[in-house]
Amino acid sequence: MRDARGEIKRPIGLRLWLSGGWLSLLALTAICAPLIAPHDPLAQDLFLGRLPPFWEGGTEPGYWLGTDSLGRDVLSRILFGARLALIVALVAGTLTCLIGATLGLVAGYYRGWPDRIISRFVDIWMAFPPVLFAILLIAVLGPGLFSIIIAIVVIDWTRFARVIRAEAMGQGAMDYVASAQVAGRTRFGTMLTEILPNVLPTIIALLTLEMGIAVIVEAILSFVNLSISTDSPTWGGMIAEGRTSVHQAWWVLVFPLITLFLTVLSFSQLGEGLKDRFDPVLR
Amino acid sequence: MSAYLSIRNLDVRLKGGGPILRRVSLNVSAGQVHGLVGESGAGKSMIGKAVLGTLPRALAITGGEIWLDGVNLETLPAAERRKRIGVTAALIPQDPLTALNPSKRIGPQITRRLVDILGWSKADALARALELLAEVHIPDPARVMRTYPHELSGGMRQRILIASAFAAEPKLIIADEPTTALDVTVQKQILRLIKDMQQRHGTALLFVTHDLGVVSKVCDSLAVLYAGKVVEEARMRRFFTRPIHPYSAALLAATPTYTNPDGSLMPVPQSVIDRVETEVAQHDVRAGG
Repeated sequence: MRDARGEIKRPIGLRLWLSGGWLSLLALTAICAPLIAPHDPLAQDLFLGRLPPFWEGGTEPGYWLGTDSLGRDVLSRILFGARLALIVALVAGTLTCLIGATLGLVAGYYRGWPDRIISRFVDIWMAFPPVLFAILLIAVLGPGLFSIIIAIVVIDWTRFARVIRAEAMGQGAMDYVASAQVAGRTRFGTMLTEILPNVLPTIIALLTLEMGIAVIVEAILSFVNLSISTDSPTWGGMIAEGRTSVHQAWWVLVFPLITLFLTVLSFSQLGEGLKDRFDPVLR
Repeated sequence: MSAYLSIRNLDVRLKGGGPILRRVSLNVSAGQVHGLVGESGAGKSMIGKAVLGTLPRALAITGGEIWLDGVNLETLPAAERRKRIGVTAALIPQDPLTALNPSKRIGPQITRRLVDILGWSKADALARALELLAEVHIPDPARVMRTYPHELSGGMRQRILIASAFAAEPKLIIADEPTTALDVTVQKQILRLIKDMQQRHGTALLFVTHDLGVVSKVCDSLAVLYAGKVVEEARMRRFFTRPIHPYSAALLAATPTYTNPDGSLMPVPQSVIDRVETEVAQHDVRAGG
């Protein structure tokens, strides 16, 4: 297929449809959570504890995915948990990307002493076990949304720095970069106009991957009770609570787990799909 | 006949290592084509890169002067040097596959130079770019301007790079083995195109190659390089009839000809190589390095 300008148009693949669809749905429900959630995610009712999901016997109408041991509605908690998960994914992912990609770009293109300093930093950073590092950070900063975002940025910027550095280094050796410099462009200008557009597909792929990782890290921290305050619903927190009662009420563990899984998978697939579309050679 | 580009006693060294160019001197006259031949690793490309200021990071100019249009580039501050090169010189690179930015359409890559260097308006630059593409015999220039580099063949890309090198009417173009990466059938067309463009625009051309056959077709004069040292600089006619240096003579003798394809393929004799090596060594002793 070709459009009016004679360019080949590629249909959006199934991968992009599915991952994009799931994430859009999640974003929509997260935004509208107060309107569409059937119950208050924090409301406890001990008489309604451990209600099974709707297709099993012994349920109350309106509790679609059942309730946990304190009688809180699982569906409502997942919807409200999506808000936190997505905020963390977007904010932490973007910040990590900005910091890491900038450092990587500078190190890979300028080489010399900026590269030596940044690369040594990355080496030292990566010697810390990341989860312990995050726990330590939160212990110092105190729990809360802000701390989680900072922790993710601090742990994960090295991923961007390393990959983008290697990419920028490869692009920097190309003749078109030399040509731009012969044309009198400054080094900084060359970096922005010649190198950046060519590492952008990789940055985008990494960014969405990072968003998935941010969701997981947030879940891990909630799991060890270091996330937001204990009464805000988070997927990790739900999984942690569900784990203790998995034999009596599997749904408390399984539904947030499935949501988490689909979300992280969608982020990584979205990245792959977008990378293909942004890459002029593959486009 | 004044020299437009004059390189005097240029020394380039590996940082913390040995010499790459040994007191290289050569002159390119305005509107003339000067060949630069030598074997792999002789430093041919490094001369061009030293002039354009795109030497690899590990190398540095340690002595000598590069005069371009009456200005000694080595006395200029970096930013000004870059500007001066941008206005007066351009490069036709060796590998057309990596010399165009893969993420940008062809059009902006050509017009950008005109906007950058000459400060033209976008519309003027666009019109000029179309003209240039037609000049290098690209069919349907308007369509090609909208394509990405990977959609075009190597020959097409080299034509575009030639157009883009001549775009800002530089007085000097350095062609770094412009046909090496191309198909033999395309090579001849590209050579003719470069020569045509050079004559039409009256540009001085420093033509780096390892192919004496190419040199004989395109150049007015040439310099022979061995291990970073100019062993002979001569006018074309004189070089091919009476080469002075034995290494030049051996190079000429090593070129196969159609008339005697088997017998004429002979390597440069060891005695000649020993002699140039001795000369280079003596030079290094004199230079104290």
